Amino acid sequence: MVQSICPYCAVGCGQRVYVKDEKVVQIEGDPDSPISRGRLCPKGSASEQLVNSPGRQTKVLYRAPRSTEWERLDLGTAVEMIADRFIETRRRTWQQNDSEGRLLRRTMGIASLGGATLDNEENYLIKKLFTAAGAVQVENQARI
Amino acid sequence: MGQLSGPTDPTTDAHWEHNHPRKGFFTDTSICIGCKACEVACKEWNHNPQDGNLELLGSSYDNTGSLGASTWRHVAFIEQGQERITQARESGRALVNLGMPRIGPPAPDSSDPAEADTTPPDTADFRWLMSSDVCKHCTHAGCLDVCPTGALFRTEFGTVVVQDDVCNGCGTCVAGCPFGVIERRSNGTVKVATSREDQHDEHPAVPNAGIAQKCTLCYDRLVDDQTPACAKACPTTSIKFGDHDAMVETAKERVADLHAKGLTEARLYGANENDGVGGTGSVFLLLDEPEVYGLPPDPRVPTADLPTMYRRAGLAVAGMAAAAALAFLGGRA
Amino acid sequence: MANADCIVIQGSNMAECHPVGYQWVAEAKARGAKVIHVDPRFTRTSAVSDKHIPIRAGSDVVLLGALINYVISNDLWFKEYVGAYTNAATLVHDDYRDAEDLGGLFSGFDAGKGAYDTSSWGYAERGEGAIDEPGPGSEHGADATARAAGHSYGSGGPPLEHAEVQRDDSLQDPRTVFQIVKRHYARYTAEMVQDMCGISVADFEYLVRAITDNSGRDRTTCFAYAVGWTQHSLGAQFIRAAAILQLLLGNMGRPGGGIMALRGHASIQGSTDIPTLFNLLPGYLPMPSAGRHDSLDEYLATIGSKQQKGYWANADAYTISLLKAWWGEAANADNDWAYDYLPRLTGAHGTYETVMGMLDDEVEGYFLLGQNPAVGSAHGRMQRLAMAHLKWMVVRDLNLIESATWWKDGPEIESGELRTEDIETEVFFLPAATHVEKAGSFTQTQRLLQWRHKAVAPPGECQSELQFFFELGQRIREKLADSDDERDRPLLDLTWDYPTDKHGDPDPEAVLAEINGRHLDGPDAGAPLSAYTELRADGSTAAGCWIYTGVYADGVNHAANRKPGQEQGPAASEWGWAWPANRRILYNRASADPAGKPWSERKKYIWWDQDQGKWIGDDVPDFPVDRAPGSHPDPSVGGPEALSGDDPFIMQADGKGWLFAPKGLLDGPLPTHYEAQESPVANALYPQQQSPARLVFPRADNPSAPSAGTKGADIYPYVFTTYRLTEHHTAGGMSRWLPYLSELQPEMFCEVSPELATERGLEPYGWATIISPRSAIEAKVLVTDRMVPLKVGGHTVHQIGLPYHWGVGNNAVVSGDAANDLLGVTLDPNVQIQESKVASCDIRPGRRPRGEELLALVAEYRERAGVTMETGNAAVTNPSAEGVDPTLED
Repeated sequence: MVQSICPYCAVGCGQRVYVKDEKVVQIEGDPDSPISRGRLCPKGSASEQLVNSPGRQTKVLYRAPRSTEWERLDLGTAVEMIADRFIETRRRTWQQNDSEGRLLRRTMGIASLGGATLDNEENYLIKKLFTAAGAVQVENQARI
Repeated sequence: MGQLSGPTDPTTDAHWEHNHPRKGFFTDTSICIGCKACEVACKEWNHNPQDGNLELLGSSYDNTGSLGASTWRHVAFIEQGQERITQARESGRALVNLGMPRIGPPAPDSSDPAEADTTPPDTADFRWLMSSDVCKHCTHAGCLDVCPTGALFRTEFGTVVVQDDVCNGCGTCVAGCPFGVIERRSNGTVKVATSREDQHDEHPAVPNAGIAQKCTLCYDRLVDDQTPACAKACPTTSIKFGDHDAMVETAKERVADLHAKGLTEARLYGANENDGVGGTGSVFLLLDEPEVYGLPPDPRVPTADLPTMYRRAGLAVAGMAAAAALAFLGGRA
Repeated sequence: MANADCIVIQGSNMAECHPVGYQWVAEAKARGAKVIHVDPRFTRTSAVSDKHIPIRAGSDVVLLGALINYVISNDLWFKEYVGAYTNAATLVHDDYRDAEDLGGLFSGFDAGKGAYDTSSWGYAERGEGAIDEPGPGSEHGADATARAAGHSYGSGGPPLEHAEVQRDDSLQDPRTVFQIVKRHYARYTAEMVQDMCGISVADFEYLVRAITDNSGRDRTTCFAYAVGWTQHSLGAQFIRAAAILQLLLGNMGRPGGGIMALRGHASIQGSTDIPTLFNLLPGYLPMPSAGRHDSLDEYLATIGSKQQKGYWANADAYTISLLKAWWGEAANADNDWAYDYLPRLTGAHGTYETVMGMLDDEVEGYFLLGQNPAVGSAHGRMQRLAMAHLKWMVVRDLNLIESATWWKDGPEIESGELRTEDIETEVFFLPAATHVEKAGSFTQTQRLLQWRHKAVAPPGECQSELQFFFELGQRIREKLADSDDERDRPLLDLTWDYPTDKHGDPDPEAVLAEINGRHLDGPDAGAPLSAYTELRADGSTAAGCWIYTGVYADGVNHAANRKPGQEQGPAASEWGWAWPANRRILYNRASADPAGKPWSERKKYIWWDQDQGKWIGDDVPDFPVDRAPGSHPDPSVGGPEALSGDDPFIMQADGKGWLFAPKGLLDGPLPTHYEAQESPVANALYPQQQSPARLVFPRADNPSAPSAGTKGADIYPYVFTTYRLTEHHTAGGMSRWLPYLSELQPEMFCEVSPELATERGLEPYGWATIISPRSAIEAKVLVTDRMVPLKVGGHTVHQIGLPYHWGVGNNAVVSGDAANDLLGVTLDPNVQIQESKVASCDIRPGRRPRGEELLALVAEYRERAGVTMETGNAAVTNPSAEGVDPTLED
């Protein structure tokens, strides 16, 4: 059994995740949590299905320009391709200074949306990497 | 076969030689928020398949409809206007005045709750009732009594459970239940959206297809001293679980409490051991007549009157239909 | 909330959207607390409240203003609290003119820029002047709006030059905040509430009595809100209005009081604290703007003054510690701690501006990380059309959401506006790990960090964001390793070295340790910091997010603290870790009276212990622990040392709760009622119809419906509002793929009153088409008495409810038209959140047309209403009535 936190709303209910043979078999409320006292809503109660749902996508997919269908791509290739595009776009859309010569040091060619369902540590790396790369258009649900 | 009607301890009656107190639910519908966590937690723990047809049912926020082979908790939603609220309050008051089970100490103002300064129904002109239904685990269980294979049995907790490997799917129990709870599970799930990616076609096989299925009161959790999944999840403790006697006691106190506040519409369901099923293991606090929630007003186990069993069953079904119609009309009113 | 005596839920549907949090409301109610739900719809929350008060969507400031007026004019405010802990006695500068005097505008409105010059709102200074912001002076509202400056007050108030304010403790001077507030709300009466909100005088009196009877020394009232308040063109002002009321009643910083923000995503608080937001750096430090923050000195001078009171005075230490955390040795005193490695803002770069940038082909690449804007963002059509302009996009999610498949099955493919074969966008779909397949911390809605342990490895090619971005960063750095281009230095000098497990997954605790920070030199070099008060501006400390410092104190992951709740007191301080410094109630010094004694035994929380010479109680005191109640340091000292013993609001520049906001708000120092961008009702309070400072986008693809009093308003006669259901989650990415949740709410529907159904011939559970100037969608019809037509200004206003969970696509278990397609883009100027809780539409029976006919229908409505790009977009409604030179308007 592993202690976890529900991934849906921001109440932050405690969950207990039961694992058997490397597979999640049950997720239910954690009675020790002073916030939720073991209770869960329907979404929290459906968390096991969120993990094990047959409809969940577990493979990388790629759609080429003008293509009408997905194709398979392996993860390593995908990350490599994304890194190339990231660097290329950044170079092409780089803005070093504004019209008055003030430093900008940024790209307006790369944007990102998402983070409110992610971990603090993940948001930290995302913000850190994008900021260092000069990509300022980093946004998440908190604006929406 | 043990006693067929009237008050009894079903565990002793079933010749269990131990002192397990009888277990049961108390579902307090006055604090239900209609979230349906009970429905999901139940399905998730028991691996019951999806059985909705993915269309709006046309019954307020209820898209489940009724209890069934794969739905062991069902939350009903009933919208009511002022006229019906007044009727419910009057009928509840009448129950008290008729000397129905004396519920707790009389409240100071209970003689005329309408004049109490705590008059609570601030939203008196409209209300939205929500109520989570479940198998009643009757003291005299029709399903169990009519089962020809012995697949249904009375557990050491006084609950009624299907043994999946014994049931042959004959369906006798379906007619035996005065509440319409138990059903045979169909062997396929409903068809879901047609034009989906192929990974959706790989639905897990439906367990226990063809055989009778209903709430086990989480027998597999009780033997491990765990709370049933629905009661554990319930965010507001609308679903309480515990020793049956304690549940009935709590329920009576709660009704008294609400009456003291002027909410005379509150009444118990299933707590009368002299009713047609000897009282139920799952008791409810309702805020209107049972029919409004789709519950039979006077459930009667068919075996209490064996010769007329089929006639009774027929009546119960008719009663259900009438109740459903009433609930529907109530929703429209 | 469990300690409250009265709970007002307004702008939130708490029982449906936060069911498990609602247990505390249910518990308070069982103890006897009054629960009142103010909402346009009768929801599951209303069903379990003592009372539901239906309100016209968007009219909340009228109601809250009337409550403020009632409390002041009936002398029901908490005198001792207000006098000591708020800025009621502070004098405002002579140049200030109220909206009451200018037809709905405050002094300083710049019609040319559609924004305020806020300098006249400042506190009076000794002599003639006003107390300004630190740095080069007052920032123009237009510039502050562009960088969404309001957002940076997430952990404290806006900065001031200094805190040497002028006071009149008798509160009689007409320039006192108290008198200004009193005059401002004098016309917000019960009758005005009836006229504008559609709330009867009896219901208003019920509400005001419940609140005032349950406030004071012995009792407290709590407000709870959610996006029903934020998603408006004056959303920040809704919350400000509640804050003024709660300060007047003495309900802030006390158990059972306060204003609860109920947030909707597991770590939406965390993603604001450690922001994936354009305008912020971690810990609510602003992103630098070109022209305002060109050097580190300029930056530090503007974000917090050494002369102001409280902990923001140490913003230099927070900033430099962040730069040290990111760039390590490369950040040193000689290069201003690598300040110039930070990119600069030149205006608004929020998600909606970004989408418009895509349409202009300025944005090439887009990452979507667990977010589904094709369904969940306002103006879905604009979102999807914008994506078709991208060169490449990366979608990381659990399921094939609509934002990943719009190019093959989106609504624009069906309408013929887009053809799959013509779309150039490359789409990468990368499967993500679920919450149990990775470890890390979420920050929930009460600022509590809770650690999740990893239960299993992610299946297939699923990965956490942590691993994906770590690897992406590594690859980019490898590819640039030989670069001598100066622009690549920030990437190459970045501290990007985290220990990994055998699958290459970085250790999240190592990242948390960096966020917490550590000592860089001295005897403790390398040791974790234990409190943000240890941070220094001399480069001797590093910390990735100063407000989180302490979460990894002594090298222990306190977010993983798990002492069972049943074994601790009510504050449960050994479960998880709350920022700042593990405090559970902010500003809790206010839970004691000015002399340091609890206001009452019943509401005892933190108090001054004379013998020990410190503050003690049930929580970590949110105050300098040894600052005696009666102490009055010289305010010119600045910083925490300047806080008086009765300055409980330690993150405010003057230590006081702000009834009147002299700085920080860009659309007015006091909440003022304006109608929504689209409204069938004319503003009865002022000639000014909408918030003059709201952000509008007059574009051909973003038309607005005409408002009341202008031609064509009757073409879109109904108000619609969007919302969530318990059974689903936001845009459906985590719920519409789950059979158990999908079957509970399978289809998109709209909720209408029986009266509206009759008026438009809508059949129960049949189909209806809803048309706005942007789009038309179809939905099943729920005819219900839960929707009540409201009498407003002599007319009947019908409201239509639309849940927004569904989207058009072929992959989910259930799909349907998206409510957000109906919305346009108009934003609050403080925080740039869109107005999605109220807009105008028409409704008619039957399904919507398909293909080109759909576009024709929407166009035909626009034509009939005479909608142009200018419709509804004027900043000033009636220049002559408001004393504005009409020629100044664009």
